[in-house]
Amino acid sequence: MDTSTSQEFAVVGTRPIRHDGFDKVTGRALYGADIRFPGLLHGRVLRSPHAHARIRSINLASAQALPGVKAIVTARDLALGSMSDAESQQTSSGFRYLSDNVLARDKVLYRGHAVAAVAAVNPHVAEQALNLIDIDYEVLPAAVNVLDAIKEDAPLLLDDLVTEELGTPSETRSNVAKHFRFEKGNVKKGFSEAELVVHRRFNTATVHQGYIETHNATALSSSDGTVTIWCSTQGAFNVRSTTAQLLNITESRIRVVPMEIGGGFGGKINVYLEPVAVLLSQKTGSPVRVLMTRGEVFEGTGPTSGTFMEIQMGMDRTGRITAAELDLYYEAGAYPGSPVSAGAQCALAPYNLENARVDGYDVVVNKPKTAAYRAPGATTSCLAVETVIDELCDGLNLDPLKVRFLNGVREGDRRVDGPVYRKIGYIETLEAVRDHPHWSAPVGGSNRGRGLATGFWFNGSGPSSCYITVNSDGTVSLVEGSTDIGGSRASVAMQAAEVLGIPAESVKPIVADTDSIGYTSVTGGSSVAFKTGWAAYEAAQDVIVQMTERIARIWETEIDKIGFSRGVFKSATDQSQTMTFKQLAGMLLKTGGPITGRANVDPGGAGPTFAAHIVDVQVDKETGKVDILRYTAVQDCGKAVHPSYVEGQIQGGVAQGIGWALNEEYAFNEIGEMSNPTFLDYRMPTSLDLPMIDCVLVEVANPGHPFGVRGVGEVPIVPPPAAVANAIANAIGIRLTELPMSPGKVLEGIWGITTNGRTA
Amino acid sequence: MSVKQRVQVRINGEDTEFLCESRQSLLEVLRENLGLTGTKEGCNDGNCGACSVVFDGRLVDSCLVLAVETDGKSVETIEGMAQPDSLHPLQESFLENAALQCGICTPGLLMASKALLEKEPNPSEERIRLWLAGNLCRCTGYDKVVRAVMDAAKKMKVG
Repeated sequence: MDTSTSQEFAVVGTRPIRHDGFDKVTGRALYGADIRFPGLLHGRVLRSPHAHARIRSINLASAQALPGVKAIVTARDLALGSMSDAESQQTSSGFRYLSDNVLARDKVLYRGHAVAAVAAVNPHVAEQALNLIDIDYEVLPAAVNVLDAIKEDAPLLLDDLVTEELGTPSETRSNVAKHFRFEKGNVKKGFSEAELVVHRRFNTATVHQGYIETHNATALSSSDGTVTIWCSTQGAFNVRSTTAQLLNITESRIRVVPMEIGGGFGGKINVYLEPVAVLLSQKTGSPVRVLMTRGEVFEGTGPTSGTFMEIQMGMDRTGRITAAELDLYYEAGAYPGSPVSAGAQCALAPYNLENARVDGYDVVVNKPKTAAYRAPGATTSCLAVETVIDELCDGLNLDPLKVRFLNGVREGDRRVDGPVYRKIGYIETLEAVRDHPHWSAPVGGSNRGRGLATGFWFNGSGPSSCYITVNSDGTVSLVEGSTDIGGSRASVAMQAAEVLGIPAESVKPIVADTDSIGYTSVTGGSSVAFKTGWAAYEAAQDVIVQMTERIARIWETEIDKIGFSRGVFKSATDQSQTMTFKQLAGMLLKTGGPITGRANVDPGGAGPTFAAHIVDVQVDKETGKVDILRYTAVQDCGKAVHPSYVEGQIQGGVAQGIGWALNEEYAFNEIGEMSNPTFLDYRMPTSLDLPMIDCVLVEVANPGHPFGVRGVGEVPIVPPPAAVANAIANAIGIRLTELPMSPGKVLEGIWGITTNGRTA
Repeated sequence: MSVKQRVQVRINGEDTEFLCESRQSLLEVLRENLGLTGTKEGCNDGNCGACSVVFDGRLVDSCLVLAVETDGKSVETIEGMAQPDSLHPLQESFLENAALQCGICTPGLLMASKALLEKEPNPSEERIRLWLAGNLCRCTGYDKVVRAVMDAAKKMKVG
């Protein structure tokens, strides 16, 4: 089988030094919090100490009287807050939720919910002022996890929320925002054909994206009504439209300047501080910078869902999966919108199943509104499916890799939720596992085990924009709107360089503000290398078209008599007549003026991607600690544009997945207080917790992209918890069904204490 | 407003003087008073290492040092790591090994790695992992970071 891309490339597939690297290793790169202005004021946000409470009154008098305090804002200053009750009821619930999450009007729905904000001469004074704001709360009972929130007598978070039940709004108020179903075949019949059926329940903890840079926003409102915002975001245009909406400002009067971003992983798509900074700047006439502390990031920004999942799968003697049933309950946080739909779609995506049913429930709870987190929703549902398949293989004495070959999806197969696969690389990924020395190496040693798990992610696309200006020295400047979280400037620039026939280093990529580039959708969904790479590809083609026209004029010939290959223009009629890209670049200003190529795209065809991970663990049966001994991540990544950064995405995703598997969790008490909002107690993996993470790039070209590119960044976080759970089962014979599989949980498993199985 | 204190300190080899409040951390003064924003804030409570600097020869989290403590002493930050015409071998190795993604933890990791290699020019992978355990990186999974440090150690030995 051909697992390689057939095209030959000069730049795509090489490993140049990234363009923004020098600034980032010397400390010169400017992140959101690094921007400084004369007269800058410092903003801080006051947050609710209660998980659920009604705001009776807010008294700002003492805070306003503190010397150095320049302005205080509350929800009343937002467009929604200034409306009458009747007016606000006319707005969409989505708008109200968005606004109330930025600054709460009547009710706070989680500890950490923003209520007011202060601008002062320095952050210490702002902090002092927060302590002087007097809020009278009527504390309400809280529903802090998904199982409590779906109980009939659960405290209700939102007055206007009714369940959308299989597409139809129901009558009664509830914390369940939505219940949906995907179905294929006849599940009952499928289970009757099974030799073995496994039924399990899973609980997984709320976890955070854990980017090292905290949220920040700096705003300057001018007296002419224009607004500039400097911030760390995954989507500058999203910041612009959301801020415009929440503050009732015409969108074009806002300019958003995306600064370097210190990690996002989905968590820097939501808008938190930008409208607040704008309000404070409007009130003071000064630039205002609002920063979050680490504690605020944990308590006030999007974690991803804690879940409860119930699953049943059947397998016949040959290893065929005869039926699968899943019920997925995902926490949305305070407002609707958990990633349960993606979780439901991804759960069974690696398998060609005849009979399956997946039900999903989106449930609001008294926790921060969830935000996207790398392959949102897929990691937990993958845990349920991949560990139950492993258990079925154990029970039927079947090889888990062979079972995946038997059931694995191929081109033309249909997913349970509908779509039919085009060219995909699941089987090729499994073949790479089979052929890898890790898979055949002996595990060796007591309490050691090996686990395998596979995962799926759609990959995204969206509108994107790019333009390329030719410089007289033969380099080009490339302007894009995709903020660069992990090296995407390089992968976008390389795709332009490939078309132009120039080295990657001759492209200078710049991420521009919203006034300087066409609309570009968020950096998310593993979309940038695909969509903005595509825009760069087309903009570069546009450059070549214009340069060909220019040469035609210089050579006094027809444009169709000129060919271009690998950076050289050639005459079709006279073989000796050639001109390099660089030579022509130097002549542009004297032959008709500058050349700028441009492209605005919204490409379809983002090919999905699969991952298969092998992990070896050692379990300390006395302490319950699990050590990762060896990790191999195999992934169909399409054509790897910059293999080092593809590996980096895989290694980073695996590390986050291992943290999710073994340590990370929001430790909530019953009244909804997070007891571990620090990096000391919210335990992310350190360098000492991990081995080297070996990557195998399986390059099954995406037929939907000119260079065969697929998104790569998200799927690596999908299999790790399942792979680790399977490895623990292989090591000590115990199936764990809760995340994190922290030492305590492992010991409970060893001692036979089941805290799981709490029923809905 | 609290009374400001005068502090004289050698930063990256240059004698520097600043006024600060006694409650201000070294991190805050570096960033806000002196404009040395290469030192990053990730947690402000000593748990992420993004603000790592060398204070009087010791690797510290600058968020846990009061600025007034540095009076009469020396501080090295990321801004002092490269020569005007060349990068430090560690900086080169980080670029060549693709050891950074978002880059926010990179200055801290570089300062910590430099402190290690000055103490132990030939550290094992295990030593590097132990030494860097105080510097959180959420993007890379540390693989390429550890390789970059090993690579730089090799280069510095030859050089």
